[in-house]
Amino acid sequence: MCFSLTAQHNHDDHDGHDHGHAHDQHEGHDHGDHAHDADSHGAAAHGDEHPTNACGMSAHHGEFDPGELAFHHVSDQNVYNIGPWSFPLPCIMWVPGEGIDFFSSGKFNGDSHGNGTKAYKKYVLHEGLVQRVPDFPTDELVDIGAHSVVAVKETIDGTEKSVSYLCYNGTKYKADDRSTLDAGYFGGGLTSFHDLSITKNVLSMGIVVFLLGWLFLSIAKAYKRRQGMAPKGVQGLIEPIFVFIQDEVAKPFLGAKWQKFLPLLMALFFFILGLNLWGQVPFLGGSNVTGSLSVTFVLAIVAFLVTNFNGNKDYWKHIFWMPGVPAWVKTILTPVEVLGVFIKPLTLMLRLFANITAGHMVMVIFVSLIFVFGKNGTSTLGGYGTVIPSALLSVFMMAIELLVAFIQAFVFTILTASYIGAATEEHHH
Amino acid sequence: MGGSIAAIGMGLAVIGAGIGIGMVGSRAMEAIARQPEAVGDIRSNMILMAALVEGAALIAIVMSFLVS
Repeated sequence: MCFSLTAQHNHDDHDGHDHGHAHDQHEGHDHGDHAHDADSHGAAAHGDEHPTNACGMSAHHGEFDPGELAFHHVSDQNVYNIGPWSFPLPCIMWVPGEGIDFFSSGKFNGDSHGNGTKAYKKYVLHEGLVQRVPDFPTDELVDIGAHSVVAVKETIDGTEKSVSYLCYNGTKYKADDRSTLDAGYFGGGLTSFHDLSITKNVLSMGIVVFLLGWLFLSIAKAYKRRQGMAPKGVQGLIEPIFVFIQDEVAKPFLGAKWQKFLPLLMALFFFILGLNLWGQVPFLGGSNVTGSLSVTFVLAIVAFLVTNFNGNKDYWKHIFWMPGVPAWVKTILTPVEVLGVFIKPLTLMLRLFANITAGHMVMVIFVSLIFVFGKNGTSTLGGYGTVIPSALLSVFMMAIELLVAFIQAFVFTILTASYIGAATEEHHH
Repeated sequence: MGGSIAAIGMGLAVIGAGIGIGMVGSRAMEAIARQPEAVGDIRSNMILMAALVEGAALIAIVMSFLVS
């Protein structure tokens, strides 16, 4: 169930490789293990020449592209990167007709950029994502060399798409991205395999849910133990937020039925808030869970189902046959109202996704300014000169994003409450 | 070519949302200045309205992504 933007980017050759001398045949690939910082993409002295590998593929990497770097950093991954360290995650791959494979992404021997040097069961690791090479000759764990998967831009049906190829023993194999259910609108579509793995986003979600569960169970216990006494410790932190959502969101919008929907609203609010904040903690991988369309899609589906299953007679009557307007107006109003039923959860989904993703991307782009002004490491003065402005801009942006984390969680909750409230309201004509 | 037209459309959508959210914000400020005791109600309604305005702009932005 993936709507994620499967963004690929092209700078397949990273820092540390000496591009000073012209090498037309990029043979050997003997630069396997460079320990480099996660934020140092493109900070190398890339010359103007485009090195081609044994299959004649060349990665365009002349210009450092902050946009593609940002897309890469907000996308879901099969490895969890914390600074220069890369932690493998379990992969669960389903190939229709062939069954499910279960293995660790550590098999690929990936570096800190998530580029693997090994292929296993026809899978390779490229830019942190597992891709399948359907025509690969063997299922065994084999060495494919570093940087042997290259993403190239191809024009398919008039739109430019990024397609990855694996070069193995001088032969070029096409590498499939995982399947998405978006019919290709967001750059995916159905391919030869489905990725059901515990990815970075899934792991982050699990951690946040565990932390929230632990936090709220301990607070609930404290209320039982300290009955009638003033809140203490973490109780005092959560109680004002809880009471705020209860008094400002649940009671005014839901009227008499507020207690029935309070658990849903609280779960939505604290789940979204927790994930927004988790993605913002520096040096914790910066996972972009609430900025993933799959996650916001499911949250919006929950809001949609609760609203429509609890809708009373008046709600449906106001959609299909609005009382009190002339008949010819009803013919216009009914389609608009029916569309509105679907547009409401759609905007819920898009608002959260766009706000959080934009925040993460702006952060990456502010850091990338160093490399833009440093001209990929060729201009030392430009690079060092931008460090402080870039750091200040990043801190400013993080402060704004802290506010956005709260506002977006609040907005999602208040809009869900208002939709449910409108659907369950008793009308007195 | 499609991409640059989509970029213009995206910009227009953002102008619209900017005017809308600006009006919501300015009227909310006026309302708070008139009735400081109602600041809580006004604030949550302001955020709600800003979110609804933003929703229209978001649909436009996503549409421009789809056509580009």
